[in-house]
Amino acid sequence: MSQMINLTIDGETILVPAGTTVMDAAERLGIHIPRLCYHPNLSLEGSCRVCVVQVEGFDHCLASCATTAWEGMEVQTNSPVIRQARRDIVELLLDNHPKDCQTCDRDGVCELQNLAYRLGVRERHFEGRRKQFPVDDSGASVVRNAEKCILCGRCIRVCDEIQGVANLSQHGRGFTTVVGPANLAPMDESACIQCGQCVSVCPTAAFLEQDHTERVWEALGHPRTEKHVVATTAPAIRAALGEAFGLPVGTPVTGKMVTALRRMGFDAVFDVNFSADLTVMEEAHELLKRMEGGGPLPLLTSCSPGWVSFLEKFYPELIPHMSSCKSPMQMQSTLIKSYYAQQKGLDPQNIYVVSVMPCVAKKFEAARPEHTLDGRPTTDAVVTTRELAQMIKSYGIDFTRLPDGEFDHPLGTSSGAADIFGATGGVMEAALRTAAFKLTGRNLGNLELTEVRGAAGEIREASVTLAGRTLNVAVANGLQNAKVLLDAVKRGEKEYHLIEIMACPGGCICGGGQPYPPIGSYTMNRDLAKGRARALYGIDSGKTLRCSHDNPDVQKLYEALLDEPLSPKAHSLLHTHYTARTPRGIR
Amino acid sequence: MTTCPHCPTDNWPELERGYRAMLPGDVLAFIDGNRDREHSESLLIATLHMVQDHFGHLGPGHLEAVAQLMQIPLAKVTGVATFYHYFRLQPRGRYLINVCLGTACYVKGAEKVAQKLMDELGIHFGETSKDGVFSLESTRCVGTCGLAPVVMIGEEVHGPLTPGQVPALLETYLARAAEEMAKV
Repeated sequence: MSQMINLTIDGETILVPAGTTVMDAAERLGIHIPRLCYHPNLSLEGSCRVCVVQVEGFDHCLASCATTAWEGMEVQTNSPVIRQARRDIVELLLDNHPKDCQTCDRDGVCELQNLAYRLGVRERHFEGRRKQFPVDDSGASVVRNAEKCILCGRCIRVCDEIQGVANLSQHGRGFTTVVGPANLAPMDESACIQCGQCVSVCPTAAFLEQDHTERVWEALGHPRTEKHVVATTAPAIRAALGEAFGLPVGTPVTGKMVTALRRMGFDAVFDVNFSADLTVMEEAHELLKRMEGGGPLPLLTSCSPGWVSFLEKFYPELIPHMSSCKSPMQMQSTLIKSYYAQQKGLDPQNIYVVSVMPCVAKKFEAARPEHTLDGRPTTDAVVTTRELAQMIKSYGIDFTRLPDGEFDHPLGTSSGAADIFGATGGVMEAALRTAAFKLTGRNLGNLELTEVRGAAGEIREASVTLAGRTLNVAVANGLQNAKVLLDAVKRGEKEYHLIEIMACPGGCICGGGQPYPPIGSYTMNRDLAKGRARALYGIDSGKTLRCSHDNPDVQKLYEALLDEPLSPKAHSLLHTHYTARTPRGIR
Repeated sequence: MTTCPHCPTDNWPELERGYRAMLPGDVLAFIDGNRDREHSESLLIATLHMVQDHFGHLGPGHLEAVAQLMQIPLAKVTGVATFYHYFRLQPRGRYLINVCLGTACYVKGAEKVAQKLMDELGIHFGETSKDGVFSLESTRCVGTCGLAPVVMIGEEVHGPLTPGQVPALLETYLARAAEEMAKV
């Protein structure tokens, strides 16, 4: 048992294990010390100084996040000195920050704004020089606005510690210090893999996704005869969109989401889940073919565009291991502009596809030159869950009171296996359900393969025996974990048949485009990830259709157009290729 | 793992060749010799010193080569290179102009001389003129306060200087540079 120590905080004594920080000890007493650069899932920075406290015997303030409590310590978190110091610190941050809260993307969900309000900063006593930097909005996915940066370093830490990319660093020194990629290069010319976790953890609007809402409004404004505007939603949206409207974490809102999109004027509302089922069909057959044909194994899943970029920049020698399946989003867009266009007698050039994604990297994926049709991107716009929520609000839709709607057919039918694609381990579970059927001729008795259902920030391994064959599989989320797994495979320490990798910690449900957690909670929070995952697993268990190969509309698609999985037709429409990219990442 | 022996997608051997070609032999030997040491990344600053000693500055290609060969993320390398005053990110000109901004020179109008130099050369402190002839730096007292305001060009001291004398002074060095170039 670890040693316990006594300390006093604001006159109350508390017993805590040695090694506890003052901030955590205070939390146990129900005292929430204000903070800004702190993030529970990242290393300590101690740079913002907002969490300062007074300690008996010290004539200067100490940062409570970075100070370990000691026996007999006497702490004050709310003395007049501390209250003034904290306000001065926040006022100084505000002084060197644009004064445009009302028109800022983070208005209402900004940690700095909230802190200033909460601490009662109502006046500005400091008026000094303000830093000026150009906005880098050249990237397909991520926009960097250094004028809004408060140098908390969370983006640097998440990019390095969680994603293993380490694309961001502080440059220069003193007043002109600025956070950015090497040489402050444009985002897309850097080692950035566009996952958008920097956007997720940024307390202000220094990192944002590239806005696509304006182009969607523009498309919706065209006469219906000119443009057929289609919305298609990823599995993870339904698990988190409700949070933006005050619903509890884990509330599935599939039906309301469909109704909202229809009211906004979309001509058809489809479900990327359909193509998730299709991905399972293609990928499961790819796995079985490689197992029969001698490789290369392990097969790596290819749904997550941040992971795809990571592979191309950091592990290009493993490209032959990557599944050639397009992501469900790109399969879906391709089918909308071919299969659906044909069925409806529409000119693909007049169809405008809007993908709703939990992901920032999908914007980059949509812009990749291999995903084009007659010179135009197959996916015309990608809006994040956050952007969709903003669009619904600006349309004046009272989301929580909406009746449930149904997806349009045929690209709206899906199995439960597709719903769980949004959570870490979900693609693996869906693929194994179908692989089991292909190997044994019948569905698994228990479809719920809980051994591959992981938590945020975890690597999971499992062995599944199907028809006398043992499949070794592994699941990783967060690219630092992917590194650990891939390095073990490369050293020959581990042998797997199939590896699922999702770039974001927890999978798509915690993607870079999901709603910001409420103030006081954090991205990568385990309960947040669990709650959103629970919504998806709940939808799956509530469906009668739970296996991708049982999806009747997927079966019809094969009959009508694709013949069979991995057929030449399927290859031309549903598969893609990858390429080694520079700058090469450091691993 | 089923390996792919002649994997065409692995761009590392080609990249590595290119990066090695960018750095001098002593720097490569230093990096290679320390690669397997624990915390070899802590030798980044020492490596950058060697590169700057060799080239006179740290160019984008040098920084990238150091990052890749030491396997330190490039953002960290450029972060370090831009943090320390000692590291120069631009090539140094043929003549280094050091404007003394010490107390005596300052009082005697060094700032105006400095401004005139910047206007004439079209550069700021820490930069090099487009033709590569001059680099401009500021310095504190050079110990010749009697000549204030003082400007050093290379090893030569000029003072007292007025802003009006600056163009003619630069001309003499431009002429000298042209002469030296012609000999080569």
